[in-house]
Amino acid sequence: MKFFKGFAEEFKRNRALFAMAAPAFILVLVMQYFPMTGLVLAFKNYRYDMGVFGSPWNGLANFRYLFASGTGWLITRNTILYNLLNLITSQLLAVLIAIFITEINNMIFKKVTQSIILLPYFISWVVVGVFVYNLFNFETGMMNGVLKAMGMDPVNMYGIPGAWPVIICLFNAWKWTGYNSVIYIAAITGVDGEIYEAASIDGATIFQRILYITLPSIRPTLVTMILLQVGRILRGDFEMFYQIVGNNGQLFNATDVIDTYVFRSLITNPDIGMTAAATFYQSVLCFVIIMVVNAVVKRIDEDYALF
Amino acid sequence: MAKEKEIVAPRKIKLSTSSKVFYVICYTIVTLMTIVCLVPFILLVSGSFTAENWIRFHGYGLIPGEFSLEAYKIIFKTPERIIRAYGVSIMITLIGVAIGLLLTALTAYVISRKDFKYRNALSFFFYFTTLFNGGMVSTYIYYIQYLHLKDSYLALILPMVFNVFYLLIMRTFVNNIPVALIESAKLDGAGEWRIFFTIILPLLQSGLATIGLFLALGYWNDWYNAMLYMNTEAKYPLQYMLYSIQQQAQALARIASQAGISVQDLPSSSLKMAMAVVATGPIVILYPFVQKYFVAGITIGSVKG
Repeated sequence: MKFFKGFAEEFKRNRALFAMAAPAFILVLVMQYFPMTGLVLAFKNYRYDMGVFGSPWNGLANFRYLFASGTGWLITRNTILYNLLNLITSQLLAVLIAIFITEINNMIFKKVTQSIILLPYFISWVVVGVFVYNLFNFETGMMNGVLKAMGMDPVNMYGIPGAWPVIICLFNAWKWTGYNSVIYIAAITGVDGEIYEAASIDGATIFQRILYITLPSIRPTLVTMILLQVGRILRGDFEMFYQIVGNNGQLFNATDVIDTYVFRSLITNPDIGMTAAATFYQSVLCFVIIMVVNAVVKRIDEDYALF
Repeated sequence: MAKEKEIVAPRKIKLSTSSKVFYVICYTIVTLMTIVCLVPFILLVSGSFTAENWIRFHGYGLIPGEFSLEAYKIIFKTPERIIRAYGVSIMITLIGVAIGLLLTALTAYVISRKDFKYRNALSFFFYFTTLFNGGMVSTYIYYIQYLHLKDSYLALILPMVFNVFYLLIMRTFVNNIPVALIESAKLDGAGEWRIFFTIILPLLQSGLATIGLFLALGYWNDWYNAMLYMNTEAKYPLQYMLYSIQQQAQALARIASQAGISVQDLPSSSLKMAMAVVATGPIVILYPFVQKYFVAGITIGSVKG
């Protein structure tokens, strides 16, 4: 009762503000919150004619099916390993590039290189898919062109699943290093210049300056970036995987993440129940992980918590 | 400024060995990274200008082994498809950016108003969607079965029109506007809507430019929503049309028949590259002019609010 009274008062006082927020509120409610109720599909035998809520319940059968076939474990493992690999490589590279770029004194060199390194962020994954085709397709790929020119036999990359974690990791770093380094550069340039000056006067070498001034200055940013990524550890970057791997069935064991698996099952042989089980498991576990990690971080150092 | 030069200059003159080593490594790594970022673009452009027979025999290369304009000739011989896809992408981008900016600015203004009782609850309502969501399957079923978005342009616009990340960036811009301006306008008897449109929006120019560009980039590069929801080829946006040409043999066959040649004679290897060049060209050309807005947006977005 009290809430409604307070709400009515606030509504009367700030009616215009309510109206201003209403469109986005309704949009997010309809486009984001309503589909959340569809997560119940994980426990149902979905039938189109009966809709989301009319379909009969079937308990945990969908989950059993997903994990009994081994697919559930495989795609979970792949998703986590790829995310860890991409997290480590792309953040390390971004930190390295950010430190180097801020140390460069030649302004033109600095500007040009920074611009070019950020450029991949602006390119759609479809075009990245074209790059992969240009480099690795068996008949006309550049790699095989070079191999043939050197008198060696062409290699069918699509027959070597083990190569793809490396390829995916490289393209991920290619796409995101510029973007991430912008964030780190902002953190580094936020440091008071006088600290660096004092350090050079005291005779600190360039390595000492980086070790004792630059690296500590980006630690909070680094922690935030890692936390954000950990919160997404069960979410595969669908666009990246789908465009780089495509429909090469031979590679699925090595490259399938939850999102690509769900998409393929949704489009090719719609087993709604099992895919819904996979996304339910993904959404809920992701939520639990981010809440737990955030709570732990908050206990250690409140400043580093996300919320 | 003069003082800074005095201190930096001597360091430059007597570089210690360790500094020299550092700068060699530094310039080498940054140069290598720059080359790696650039090479795919060079391959793309080079491939689009290389004669088909050369590619079939030697593969794609960094420079065209045998120069040819054949791929572009075919694209511009029957440009209707490209123009159509360009039209769809431009329309989606313009409408999406316009609606998205209005929604984002309005909402950011509301959650930045300290006298609005539910500002934190509202912020959390939006923020929560980044922590938890319905997932691909239920979202897909909802959009198709309950919102009837299949094959509708709305399916390309609505999913991307509002983004929490942009909302938080916009709020930072709104917070930079002095509250006193709003209060004095109120004393003068201006209503909330009038304050928003005549005082807030004009002062929000750089915020609108930044978020507008992020939204535009997202719409321009989107192919995912088109793949999920669009059936009619005439409604494909540019990136998805590019994708269908890369992946589907029948898309290539259609180009060949429109150009009046057989599929075997179609320079498909160079054509694929030329299509990618045509689809990416506008971004690369505009990039130098808009880069600073993106850098500003990324920087603000990384500072948690």
